[in-house]
Amino acid sequence: MEDLLEIKDLKKYFFLKKGLFSFNKETIKAVDNISFSIKKGEILGLVGESGSGKSTIAKLIVRLIYPQEGKIFFKKEEIGKFSREKLSKNVQMIFQDPFASLNPKLSIGTIIGEVVRVRNKISGEICSKGEVREEIKRILATVGLPINILSDYPHQFSGGQRQRIGIARALAMRPRLIIADEPVSSLDISIQAQIINLLLDLKEEFNLSFLFIAHDLNLVKYLSQRMLVMYKGKIVEEGLSEEIYRNPQNLYTQQLIESIPKIKYWL
Amino acid sequence: MFKVFWERFKHNKLALSGLIVILVLTIQACFAPFIAPYNPTEQNIANRLSPPSGKHFLGTDELGRDVFSRIVYGTRISLSVGFVAVGVAVLIGTLLGLWAGFFGGWVDNLIMRLVDIMLCFPTFFLILMVIAFLSPNIFNIMLVIGLTSWSGLTRLIRGECLSMREREFIQAARLAGLKNNRIIFVHLLPNVFTPILVFATLGIGSAILTESALSFLGLGVQPPTPSWGNILTAGKDYIHTAWWLSFFPGLAILITVLAYNLLGEGLRDILDPKMGDKNG
Repeated sequence: MEDLLEIKDLKKYFFLKKGLFSFNKETIKAVDNISFSIKKGEILGLVGESGSGKSTIAKLIVRLIYPQEGKIFFKKEEIGKFSREKLSKNVQMIFQDPFASLNPKLSIGTIIGEVVRVRNKISGEICSKGEVREEIKRILATVGLPINILSDYPHQFSGGQRQRIGIARALAMRPRLIIADEPVSSLDISIQAQIINLLLDLKEEFNLSFLFIAHDLNLVKYLSQRMLVMYKGKIVEEGLSEEIYRNPQNLYTQQLIESIPKIKYWL
Repeated sequence: MFKVFWERFKHNKLALSGLIVILVLTIQACFAPFIAPYNPTEQNIANRLSPPSGKHFLGTDELGRDVFSRIVYGTRISLSVGFVAVGVAVLIGTLLGLWAGFFGGWVDNLIMRLVDIMLCFPTFFLILMVIAFLSPNIFNIMLVIGLTSWSGLTRLIRGECLSMREREFIQAARLAGLKNNRIIFVHLLPNVFTPILVFATLGIGSAILTESALSFLGLGVQPPTPSWGNILTAGKDYIHTAWWLSFFPGLAILITVLAYNLLGEGLRDILDPKMGDKNG
């Protein structure tokens, strides 16, 4: 299968000043020489503990921050040379916290509508207000939300519904690749399952590819065929999810799998 | 949203009384010709310095003009100076604060050094100096007060924006490929509305005070146009014989500034999300 996104020798270090007058800087290697690729139509899992650099990779791909070294290629073109519009058109992101990722002062219609309008502008279509509204309703329907919520505000919705709105916003751009940065870790278990199944449905329907970031190994095993395990900015294991789960090679991965609460198996 | 706000507002007695006083003052300013019993500039030398009576509600001044009518007309000056000056300050302060907070880097540095410079000047003496060079008319006063009082708001808004910039909804807006201007004015601005409102309300009070002080020093609104400050100035020469001449305009300033401060403080309490919902 063809590579959709390819990452080569990516490095991102953060420098922290130690003390007020000290010139010594502490270096945090958030992403340390990482290479991997996401294939077309695949869900690639990325697991690791908090602070292992998972979210930094997500931000590097969507260029909210810039790497010190290394290159990212999208369909063989370097992302660094993309305009913001071109990048937005192809790569979108679903955020972790559905309460922080929606502007509390804007209505759902505005939040999704502005993305639809940006997409129309990029593709050169000129759409009337009515057409934009119709498009918003179509998108809301695909993520399983009622279509009469255009003038409602984020605070009127539950966590799961907000996450659906966040997904709708990402979909509104009709991207090829979605970076999902722990999209379910702040939701409760039954809602998690709904959102996961929604993502799987959308993947089939729109032929999407995902980079699915999580710290829950079970979840990643269920969702993705291939996965990466990150530890302190490095990829320590890479391969088929089933295999890694059954027979982890790396010491850290073994610990990670052992740390899954056994109570789940009793139920 | 507005309903919750009003529920809380109703229970805040001080803010409510502030609002009522401000409404009364506004009506007084709008309908001054109907409320004032005399022409504020009409002189009646025969009847000069007469104490408060049935005929002249708050007495007359050294030229026999009705003090009550003059105070009523003075409301127009004070309120319009307050609104326009604060309007100018809010416009500049908000814009610079949003830019500094959103762009960061050298833009932030430049704007914040400008703020530091503004905060270095003793504002009142700066205003005095500028007015002394320009001609002391009401438009210059409004403009100069506005141009010297935005720095506090800029700091406030920059701080809010700095913390907001890292929030996920701003990142999402960037990822959606929105233009900077759209992010600043559609996504950031509504979220810093509370500090702007509080600043504006408190700012009107202090702008009115500054205008009165300028007029008192003779650099403000020029006689015979009545302003609370210049009525006060005229009164200071007669303070031992005609106390009403300086007492009532002083009282008017006090009540007005107090009303705006109460409303401002009340709004700050009501709109603070950390207050909880104990009233609404």
